[in-house]
Amino acid sequence: MAQEELVRLEGIEKSFGSVRANRSVNLTVRRGTIHALIGENGAGKTTLMKILFGLERPDAGSIYYAGRKVEITSPQQAMALGIGMVHQHFMLVPSLTVAENVVLGHEPQQGLHLDRQAARRLVQEIATRYGLAVDPDARVRDLSVGLEQRVEIIKALSRGAELLILDEPTAVLTPQETEELFRVLKSMVAQGKTLIFISHKLKEVLAISDAITVMRAGEVVGNLKTAETNEAELARLMVGRPVLLRVEKGDARPGQPALEVRDLWVADRRGLPAVRGLSFTLRRGEILGIAGVEGNGQTELVEALSGLRSIERGEVEKDGRSLKGLSVAAIRRAGVAHIPEDRFRRGLCGQATILENMIAGEHYGMPFARRGIIDWKEAAAFTETLVKEYRIKIGSIYDPASSLSGGNAQKLVVAREFSRAADVLLVSQPTRGVDIGAIEFIHRSLVAKRDAGAAILLVSADLQEVLSLSDRILVLYEGEFTAELDPKTTSEEEIGLYMSGARRMDLRAKAGGISA
Amino acid sequence: MGFLSNILNLGLVVAGIRIAIPILLAGLGGLFTLQANILNIGMEGMMLFGAWAGVFVSYMTGSVWLALLAAVGVGLLAAVIFGLFGVRYRCNIIVAGMGLNLFAGAFTMYLLRSIFRTRGSLSDPRIVGVPTLTLPVIDKIPFLGPLLSGHSLLVYVAFVLVAVVHYFLYRTPTGLRIRAVGEHAEAARSVGVDPARVQFLAVLISGAFSGLAGAYLSLAQLRMFVENMVSGRGFIALAAIYFGRGTPVGTLVAALIFGLAEALSMRLQTLGFPSQFMLMIPYVVTVAVLIVVSRLAAVPRRLKLPSFTEEARE
Repeated sequence: MAQEELVRLEGIEKSFGSVRANRSVNLTVRRGTIHALIGENGAGKTTLMKILFGLERPDAGSIYYAGRKVEITSPQQAMALGIGMVHQHFMLVPSLTVAENVVLGHEPQQGLHLDRQAARRLVQEIATRYGLAVDPDARVRDLSVGLEQRVEIIKALSRGAELLILDEPTAVLTPQETEELFRVLKSMVAQGKTLIFISHKLKEVLAISDAITVMRAGEVVGNLKTAETNEAELARLMVGRPVLLRVEKGDARPGQPALEVRDLWVADRRGLPAVRGLSFTLRRGEILGIAGVEGNGQTELVEALSGLRSIERGEVEKDGRSLKGLSVAAIRRAGVAHIPEDRFRRGLCGQATILENMIAGEHYGMPFARRGIIDWKEAAAFTETLVKEYRIKIGSIYDPASSLSGGNAQKLVVAREFSRAADVLLVSQPTRGVDIGAIEFIHRSLVAKRDAGAAILLVSADLQEVLSLSDRILVLYEGEFTAELDPKTTSEEEIGLYMSGARRMDLRAKAGGISA
Repeated sequence: MGFLSNILNLGLVVAGIRIAIPILLAGLGGLFTLQANILNIGMEGMMLFGAWAGVFVSYMTGSVWLALLAAVGVGLLAAVIFGLFGVRYRCNIIVAGMGLNLFAGAFTMYLLRSIFRTRGSLSDPRIVGVPTLTLPVIDKIPFLGPLLSGHSLLVYVAFVLVAVVHYFLYRTPTGLRIRAVGEHAEAARSVGVDPARVQFLAVLISGAFSGLAGAYLSLAQLRMFVENMVSGRGFIALAAIYFGRGTPVGTLVAALIFGLAEALSMRLQTLGFPSQFMLMIPYVVTVAVLIVVSRLAAVPRRLKLPSFTEEARE
């Protein structure tokens, strides 16, 4: 029984400069289905959806909605047609209430003023209908990420969306929250809504969708029925070659402790405790993975260890020497390298050249500078070597770092940090927004560093990454460790329970606290 | 006791209120720009244009109502200039504001000289001022009478406007949009609210209020135009807005504090304190208050460390 078609995109073309983001893309989505759109980062999924939602204009091609040919020139027009989008970065105003956020832009009025009763009713109605429980009077800033996402969905539905585009909706959720979301999505489809689900998590796509379209390098490379495909086939289509979903690595041989952290307390931006009395030992030759939903203290932990954020209480020692209170430069000199979670904010200076970024932090001393004068020849030779070694795709080393794609920018950071004589590596979200080819490369590099005796702290929101790379996993929830797990014996589901605080090990009881 | 009561008495409070009014009027408009995330340093110039337009139209027509209308209109016009440069064409907002302020100073001076062939100031019996209001019954009550009655009409208008602005900002769709744009412009854009339009509207509101504030200076406080007569009140209004965190009531409180400080400084000068120091009082108060406010905002709540005995109980 084939459902009637709701959206048809035909021959969509879109170029940004010399990059062809979409090449004669065809896509058909049927009413009342969940259609997954998958592909690596940079495959053109988001561009295609932005075109459908009126945020970008195609260079060529046509859009048919409910059988009619339409021109969509703005999100307003898309919404008027019945197309809604839940962005990856939520578009919510933190200090306003849920109801205010939902009605913003199409406010119900009573005389001159905003009809708050009507706004509340609107939220309640949609919430009840689709099982999206949320308090309409709560301020958005007080909500969890999962709830914020609900508000976004309610917002789109309140504007009469029949077709809802969800851009990587599960990237910020715990496994349990994801299940909850899927329940909601299914109830929406049961009531006749149509969903386009953008993702690169194959398991989720297989669990939730009815049909799958795979994109690679701007082109559609496959249209499949979910029931008739599997993970391996999808991965092969996405990358264009078979991929190892697991990282090949031998057993760890943990050596001497490199980093000792005792009762560490760190405050967040607002001055509230984000890291609450963490203690752990990081040994040479091991990768210690920190799992957790973002915003549970990971950022503060890594920033405190790297000297970017001050330590309120507790002790951090490297090889018996305290790092507490030292400057970032001093900590780096002590042999700690840092791959920050946000490469364009912390990791790189966008306006500076690739060359300048590559020597940053070492630019003042040998071999790049003599008596305060930079030896540009030496620096350029060094940069060229690393660019080649890490296979970073660049125009010239004199181009600004901002010209690099996400994956290549990340490789630049990795290359710089790995080239330092550091034996402790703080690695945050090393493969976020990076294509699969680069992910494999970065993973192999991390394992190689480990085998060479480095101590690696890996923080990642990607559970699969933590599971496949780590030799030991600590789960962080609200600034405290809720579990220490062995990646060989645990599962995503088990980690998820600890990530959401639903379960908690008594770590204090363990003899000697948390250590290998 | 006698000395103190010479300084701190009802007269001081009344003087303080009157000085606070132009700051309050400009601040009530300017808070829309703060809420919309526009750094509005052009209020000084908008006020000066308003002061000039009020005196000019009052002189020419003899109608104070037309004069007030003109002040608001010219304030709007100045806001259009500021908005075009600062919002529409996105040039540096500081440059746009400073440019407007310098332009206002020079252009009103030019008009004064070319139209009235005079320098420094213009005062003339033909300039009709804003009438004062005597409240019946209340003006007979001791203490309350002089406090509440006998002020310029604009003083009462300003207080009413506090409530109007509060209602507009927190109870109307437009107010909601202004607050949303100021906090998260992208979110507003994504639901079809054009941030630039909303910001322009905020600038226009600020221009109208600043024009009225300028007219208060030239037609209620003085009944004359003096070159650069705004002399920093636009900036003090900006400080008052920040002090009040962009809320109408907060801005009112701040304006009253600044008004009282200036009244105190004037009072102390007449009592023979060295004027060089006394003239500093309003500005010292401004700086001190801003420091206090920013400390209050920035100081994080102390890190709460649970005691270990508490944890051990679990």
